[in-house]
Amino acid sequence: MDGFHDMGGRQGFGPVVMNDKREPFHDEWEVRAAAISARLIGQHVYNMDEFRHAIERMAPRHYVCASYFERTFTAAATLCFEKGLISREELNAASGESVPLSLPAKPGRVAPDDLPKLKIGDWVKVKNEFVGGHTRAPAYVRGKCGQIVDISPACPFPDAAAHDLEPVPQCTFDVRFRSVDLWPECCDEAEVHVGLFHGYLEKAPLPTASYGSDSA
Amino acid sequence: METRVAALETLLKDKGVLADDSVATYAHRTSEEWLPINGARLCARAWRDPEFKQFLLADGKAAAASMGFAMPEHHRKLAVKENTPSVHNVICCTLCSCTAFTIIGMAPGWYKDFEYRASIVREARTVLAEMGLVLRDEIKIRVWDTTTDTRYMILPLQPPYTAGWSEERLARLVTKESLIGVQRLEPPFLPVQNPDALQGQ
Repeated sequence: MDGFHDMGGRQGFGPVVMNDKREPFHDEWEVRAAAISARLIGQHVYNMDEFRHAIERMAPRHYVCASYFERTFTAAATLCFEKGLISREELNAASGESVPLSLPAKPGRVAPDDLPKLKIGDWVKVKNEFVGGHTRAPAYVRGKCGQIVDISPACPFPDAAAHDLEPVPQCTFDVRFRSVDLWPECCDEAEVHVGLFHGYLEKAPLPTASYGSDSA
Repeated sequence: METRVAALETLLKDKGVLADDSVATYAHRTSEEWLPINGARLCARAWRDPEFKQFLLADGKAAAASMGFAMPEHHRKLAVKENTPSVHNVICCTLCSCTAFTIIGMAPGWYKDFEYRASIVREARTVLAEMGLVLRDEIKIRVWDTTTDTRYMILPLQPPYTAGWSEERLARLVTKESLIGVQRLEPPFLPVQNPDALQGQ
């Protein structure tokens, strides 16, 4: 989903403010909101993928203006409503106001089953795919090529797991991209690594440009 | 927001989903158990014990478990990235706020802010400098965006002046910021520290 949550590489923000932002929580209701959501995940009312996507589905203005823990609360309340645990009416009545929830989800997708054989050192391209539902490939690597530097154990395919579809587990690969390949002539030089699910990747030919010999 | 959260809490208690102690248990874990001192102890031991360091770099989750530090089910792997005099690693989550919170502590406010999420992948050197870590051009930067069930922790470079220090004293040098990778502990990035003088603060 090409939503506001997909922030990597967006421009126009000011500097990072650390002074009063070193603590994880700044108010007691924030701890409560996080605790409620942790409990709901622990009780398998919803999973982490559904939770993340419920945040992503907040109306863009709401997403941008809400604090981090308002987003946590909104996702928890939305999923409790969508799963039939509470009604909007009882939440609004108990809150004494109309509580904004996230917008409905677009359909998800199951994992492709024709996965390429991949290993550390291989060059891969992130498929040029546009996903209406939840996905964990940031837009800044879409269609870009990089090199696999590590492999992680299989975990549920998020594009399915967030949408109540069969989340056949897949390995994930840490792929190293050169920032200058992601944002040519408009970035600081760095190696940017993104964990990518097997289903997001296809094999790529070796690059013609000169890459550092230690890049594997 | 207090009212809305209290409303949801009451509804979920009435339905038996939320236990009376759910909030207190969570508050206790985040304030007393899931702390950066856990990661700091892993680093301090790795600095003193080459065999443990290899274990930590090869399988961070097993190494953490061997010292009694658990990770949630959806944190399937702890990948530990070692800083050297010529390489600096930094972690982020551009899509939300993922961290190895049981090991390095709950994510600070700035880590979850749009400024850090948007900018660290594209302007790493500039952002780190704005945050007080000015890296010479020769130091290569490696950014790790947390987009799967793998979690990351930085193994900071041990400050040379701490050779021979006890594990406990070394652990008290390691900060949450250095485990995330927005700080380095060795001079000239951080002046000589005496963790004994910090006790009680």
